[in-house]
Order: sequence, then structure tokens, then C-alpha cells
Amino acid sequence: MRSLRTEELILNMGPQHPSTHGVLRLLVTLDGENIVEVQPDIGYLHSSVEKMMEHRNYTQNIALADRGMDYLAALVNEMAILRAAETLADVPVPERARYIRTIFMELQRLASHLLWLGTYGIDLGAFTAFLWCMRERELIMDLFEATTGGRLHHVYFRLGGVNEDLPPGWTDRCREFCHYFLNRLDEYHRLLTGNPIWQARTQGVGVLTREQAVAFGACGPVARASGLQWDVRKSHPYEVYDRVDFQVPVYTEGDCYARYLVRMDEMRESTRIILQCLDQMPEGEVRAARVPLNLKVPPGEVYTRVESPRGDLGIHLVSTGGETPWRVKIRAPSFVNLHALTEMMKGWKVADIIAILGSIDIVLADVDR
Amino acid sequence: MVRVPADGSREAPIEQLVEVLHRLPGGQILVTSIENVLNWARARSIWPLTFGLACCAMEMMQAMGTRFDLDRFGVIPRATPRQADLIIVAGRCTIKMAPVVRRLWEQMPEPKYVISMGSCATCGGPFYYDNYSILKGIDTVIPVDVYVPGCPPRPEALIEGVLKLQEKIQRERRLTRRLQEAGA
Repeated sequence: MRSLRTEELILNMGPQHPSTHGVLRLLVTLDGENIVEVQPDIGYLHSSVEKMMEHRNYTQNIALADRGMDYLAALVNEMAILRAAETLADVPVPERARYIRTIFMELQRLASHLLWLGTYGIDLGAFTAFLWCMRERELIMDLFEATTGGRLHHVYFRLGGVNEDLPPGWTDRCREFCHYFLNRLDEYHRLLTGNPIWQARTQGVGVLTREQAVAFGACGPVARASGLQWDVRKSHPYEVYDRVDFQVPVYTEGDCYARYLVRMDEMRESTRIILQCLDQMPEGEVRAARVPLNLKVPPGEVYTRVESPRGDLGIHLVSTGGETPWRVKIRAPSFVNLHALTEMMKGWKVADIIAILGSIDIVLADVDR
Repeated sequence: MVRVPADGSREAPIEQLVEVLHRLPGGQILVTSIENVLNWARARSIWPLTFGLACCAMEMMQAMGTRFDLDRFGVIPRATPRQADLIIVAGRCTIKMAPVVRRLWEQMPEPKYVISMGSCATCGGPFYYDNYSILKGIDTVIPVDVYVPGCPPRPEALIEGVLKLQEKIQRERRLTRRLQEAGA
């Protein structure tokens, strides 16, 4: 009997697709049900942020970093820009401001991971997870709103501190939320971790080995799920991360399930960091005096990095001494992890595309900038 | 009474209804009442397309999530434009994305509505100046019914936008206009 001749099929997925988390287009080459190759087509959300930053002073760039970069981690973006500018200009930051920044960045990580868990739940058919995560996310939004006035875009950090001090009673509310949230986290574990459907969709799916993760430069939870002990908060501590006790969760399986577990553990660690910061936070100024809004940064070049919820977010800042940067290059974690996606998907079935894509938690504004 | 054209093509049932009613004594009044009922039904089951562009999509998700629950207003997201009545343009639209948005809008069946959510979709927002890639307002590509301001708008603002759209649908006179066009 003659063997059956088969042809490869090219499936176009996106840019409008409920599970691509934005406007990503995937060109999937299929052999029957099996994925032969995946080619991401990006640029559907290119906002020319790097160019715009050259025309705005550093304070204005904070607002732009909120919106133009990874919008799920607005405060971490603000920190990334500020860390570069403050390192170059050697701006002093009061102690209390450093603690406030750390608390807010960790709250932002919780909010981002919660949204990821919710949408990943929808991707895999678990709608309850979405409703539960949104419920807790709203509480974080309330905490944000009470201090920064914004829910998604805050423009709260400033050169040499933060805009204003925490409102009265905020620390108690935050502490209360942390204890409440730890209970809820157990609830998520009960809902999903042991769930046979959840395990069947994620365990062993989309494996990225440690070598591949290193070769692709993968970062964040994707790298840590592949056994790579790499967290900027530990390796290049900024703000007060060197003064708080927290673990960096690492799993060696490299599959979607490991990436899920890394994020779940990170949420617990973030809550621990917030509680420690609340205990250690001193009284005092929250903004260094005599730092002008249109600060002139001395000429020079600097590369700084922060740990965003998606991984290692780097800023290469070049200044020629003016009020605006001469060049800003953003090293976006989602962009790098998206590249690793092409390797993760090879050999899996069509139905696994969504499971693997969701597990790396890309934000298209971060990919395209 | 119901006219079947000579070429065998059938008119849509709603058009046949108009045909029948306007020949009845007082048909005009009947059509108006039926129109009100149709608009009422239409306004209270607006199905938007699951379509997010950027940050505003997060607030759209929050609006459909636990605390705000847009389902209360009959707003149930659909994943395909063929089943959608409404497209919420949530976020900045690039020049590369514009033809895609246009095609999605064209694929939606009539009657269809557009909500422009956020400053970026309305006018380019913070990406208006010094920018080479963002469209200065989605209304250059598709017609917009309701603009929701904000960067990003709160979920309450989006709900207000949906309510405004419901009011707009309730005022529509599609059947009456068709009747007038038919010369009744």
C-alpha cells in the first residue's frame, strides 16, 4: 500500500484572537495536528516609545513608561526608568520612599500575576479562576487608588522619591489585605494545583530545557521554571530588596505547570516582602528636596535592570547632559520570552498552542513598545 | 399580501413584516410600537467582540469581571465578529493594526456599534505627538457611536458608555425609516 501523502498547512492565528493576550499574530505551520514551526509576527502594538522618550524630560517619561511599556506592571516600568536616571544623576532617595516603592512594586507583581492566572484559567477553560482573581485584583486596585489615584497608570514615583506619602490608615489596610490574600492563595491552590484537568493541560507541555532557556536569554518565571536561578532582585538588588528575606522559587521541569507553580510561589513571596516592608518602614520624608522636575542628567551611559513580573527589564540610557535622554533602549522581558516560545511549541498539538502561549505571560505592549 | 419577487428571491422576514403592517389601517402606529420592542431587546443584549488592543483592555476585563460585572447589562463577550453587535476599541491602534480593525468591523453583521474606549482610541491620547506609528483616533477607520474618555477609563466609565449606547439604540428608528423609504 502506498503511503499517504500529507501536506503542511499554515494556520494564521491572530492578531484578533481571544487567547493571544493582545495583538500577537502567530503563523503556525502544521503537519496534521502537530506543530512544525511557529513564527510570531509582532509590531501590531508598536508605539514608538523609545523615540518618544527622546523628546520628553525624565518626569514626563515616567508617565510614558506607564502607558507605552508593559501596562500590567506600570510601577515597575517607572522604577526601571528612574533607576537608570537616578543612577546616572546620583539622586538621593529617602529611606521611606525606598520602602514605599518596594511595597508598590510587589503589589504590582501580585496584580499582574493575578491577571495572568485569571486569563490563563480562561485559556484552559477554568472560568472560576478568572472571577476569583479579578475579585482579589480589585482589592489591590483599591489600595493603589487610595495612594496614587490611578488604577492602572499611576505616575506615582518621582525622581528622588515618590509623589506623596501614604494616606492615613493605608498600612493597616495593606496588612489586612496581605493576610486575606494568603488565605485566598491557598484557595487557588485547592482549585487548580491538584485539578486533574489543569494538570493534564499543563504538565509536561511546552518544555523548555535549562540550556535552551540560557541560549534564548529567557528571564523571569519562564527561566526560573527551567531551573535557572536568576532574579534581579537577588542578583542586583535595588531599593530595599537586600534588606528583606524572600525566596526565589525555582523549578526544574520547564513545563507550563512549573511556570504556573513559580508564579504561585512568587505571589506568596511578594506578600511576605510587603509585610516585611510594612514592619520595617521608617517615618520621614518621601521625596528628596531640591530635585528639580526637569532634572538635567549629566552626560554618560548607564544600563540598569529591574525585575518586572515578566522578568529582567533593562534600560540602556544615554544622556548628553540635557533635560531629555539622548537615547533609551528598553530590553523587554516579554520580547525575549516570546522568542523562546518558538522552541517550546515545536512538536506539540494545535490545542497546546494556547496553553504554552498563555504560560509565558507575554504583554504585547512590552514586546512591541 | 406578501409580495414574492418574480426572480424567486425572498425578502428578509422583517421587511415582509413592514410590508404587511403598513397596509393595515393604523399600521404606522403598530410599526412604531414594534420598533420600540425591537430596540428594547437589541439594547439589552449587546454582545461585544472579545477584542483588546492595549491597556484599556485590562479595564474592560475588570468591567466584565467580578466587581463590576457587565453581564448585568446583557453584555456578553463573543470571540468572533460574526456573533458580535459591538466592538469596543480598547487601547491604541497602530497603523499596522488599522486594516485589521476595519476588517473585523466589516465582518460584523448589522446593526453594529462601536465604542471608542480611552484617549488613545479617541484621538491618539498620549501618543499624539512625536509618534510615527499610532493612529490619531480610531474614527479615521471606523464610525464611532460612543466615546469613553479616560486613560484608561474606569470600569464605571465603560459601563456608563454602554448605558449611553443603550439609550442611543432605544432612540433608533430603523423600521420607520425603511417605511418612509418605501413611500408609505
